[in-house]
Amino acid sequence: MALYSETVMDHFRHPRNVGVIEDADGVGEVGNAKCGDIMKMYIKVKDGILTDVKFETFGCGSAIASSSMATEMIKGKPLSEVLTLTNKAVTEALGGLPAYKLHCSVLAEEAVQAAVLDYYKRNNIPYDEKDFPCALCAHEHDHGSEDEA
Amino acid sequence: MFVYADHAATTKMSDAALKAYTMTAEEVYGNPSSLHSAGQRAKEVLTACRERIASVLGADAREIYFTSGGSESDNQAILSAAYAGKKKGKCKLVSTAIEHHAVFHTLNKLKKEGFEVVLLPVGENGIVSVSDVEAALGDDVALVSVMLANNEIGTIQPVEAIGALCKARGILFHTDAVQAVGHIPVQVDAIGCDYLALSAHKFGGPKGVGALYVRRGAPLSSLIEGGAQERGKRAGTEDLPAIAAMTAALEASVSDMDAASALLKHLQDKLIAGLETIPHCALNGDRTRRLPGNVSFCFEGIEGESLLLLLDEKGICASSGSACTSGSLDPSHVLLAIGRVHDVAHGSLRLTLGTDNTEAQIDYTIAAVKEVVDYLRNMSPVWRDLREGRRSYIL
Repeated sequence: MALYSETVMDHFRHPRNVGVIEDADGVGEVGNAKCGDIMKMYIKVKDGILTDVKFETFGCGSAIASSSMATEMIKGKPLSEVLTLTNKAVTEALGGLPAYKLHCSVLAEEAVQAAVLDYYKRNNIPYDEKDFPCALCAHEHDHGSEDEA
Repeated sequence: MFVYADHAATTKMSDAALKAYTMTAEEVYGNPSSLHSAGQRAKEVLTACRERIASVLGADAREIYFTSGGSESDNQAILSAAYAGKKKGKCKLVSTAIEHHAVFHTLNKLKKEGFEVVLLPVGENGIVSVSDVEAALGDDVALVSVMLANNEIGTIQPVEAIGALCKARGILFHTDAVQAVGHIPVQVDAIGCDYLALSAHKFGGPKGVGALYVRRGAPLSSLIEGGAQERGKRAGTEDLPAIAAMTAALEASVSDMDAASALLKHLQDKLIAGLETIPHCALNGDRTRRLPGNVSFCFEGIEGESLLLLLDEKGICASSGSACTSGSLDPSHVLLAIGRVHDVAHGSLRLTLGTDNTEAQIDYTIAAVKEVVDYLRNMSPVWRDLREGRRSYIL
């Protein structure tokens, strides 16, 4: 199907890191069912390194592919590096997304930040709010904000 | 296995249509407006097609206008009636919440121009109440537009009763019959409509051609200027091969209608029964007042576009009313109108069958949908919340 790149279809057909981490150190859930996509990320952290990540996604092909790609991009990385993940990087790694699907990659960025923030909060680790522009901003998951991308 | 189950989107051209198309394109290439013999031959074919289509619909040949398809027909009928009404001070348009966008967007355009547009609700079964229509009628109504059968959920509207109400009050009545013509009996006098839109590619004809029935005396203005074709109401050299193919397709589908309808009903029942065994799903639309071959479901906990993509991987061509398939923010207005909330409307699946579908394809489709729904639910945080009691089931 020409709607998506081969990379998107590969990650959609064979999503990496799907599932749940029962004893996760941090969990982030973003989006809402009304908008048609929800992403939930579970992370394990050891010595400042994101050692494992799993995701669950309710959403379209690009939402599933974005989640899958994001998990691959952050697994094994120090949290400081994890927090530099942008939706643009996810989109590029996927070989591009149709303009009206860019919010799916935004959601992936938000989910990653939300999971790390949860980890920091659970462990009373001080954090800089600037590192969580998505997870901490007040706006509802904005479905149409393609200009954010 | 390849399963084409999107016949409401479009159909493959029937043998009769292809034959008529080729024959006309090869042999009757004259311009019907030309004076010479080649032109006159084309004009004869055009006239014969008009008579044959009129005959199928129970209309007079002078009441049939060839157009580029259903959307143009809907646009022309609604705009003609609205502007004619406005001249008499009638600025109210009555329609339903589940019309096709060709009607819906035309009404919206008129609303911006100052018309009052009343979109009547439909019940959970997707059927508009005749008494609601009656209550909305008055001297200020320029047009009532109610589709004959819905493209997403297949619901058949009580157009005869609505037509009778309009007729008794002298109000113009338009019906978008794009999904119905060629599939269920359609007679303009039984419906009592002043305008009826049809599209060839929904019943085995080619894309890009359709017709508008306009009852004699009903106002009609042109959308396209530039020639005397279609009695000055639709300029542009007629696409005769397409018109001939549409005519052949219509006659073929009408003559095969009983057998096709029985087969489609059987396959439809089988598919519905099979899909209903999936937990937490719901059939959209009415069980009996529905087009043969239309199957529409919502599955809780999943999103429709990923469902479609995975079915496509298995060779199944289907459709969905999810927001992600439309490129808009909201799921289908039809599903919202029958009371499906956003959360479940995103998880919709439409399978529309044709006579080329087989029992084996239905079995394959049921198994494939079950597998894909299961797979997507297993990676859905919504489904996990439902199963673990953090969220309540809607379906």
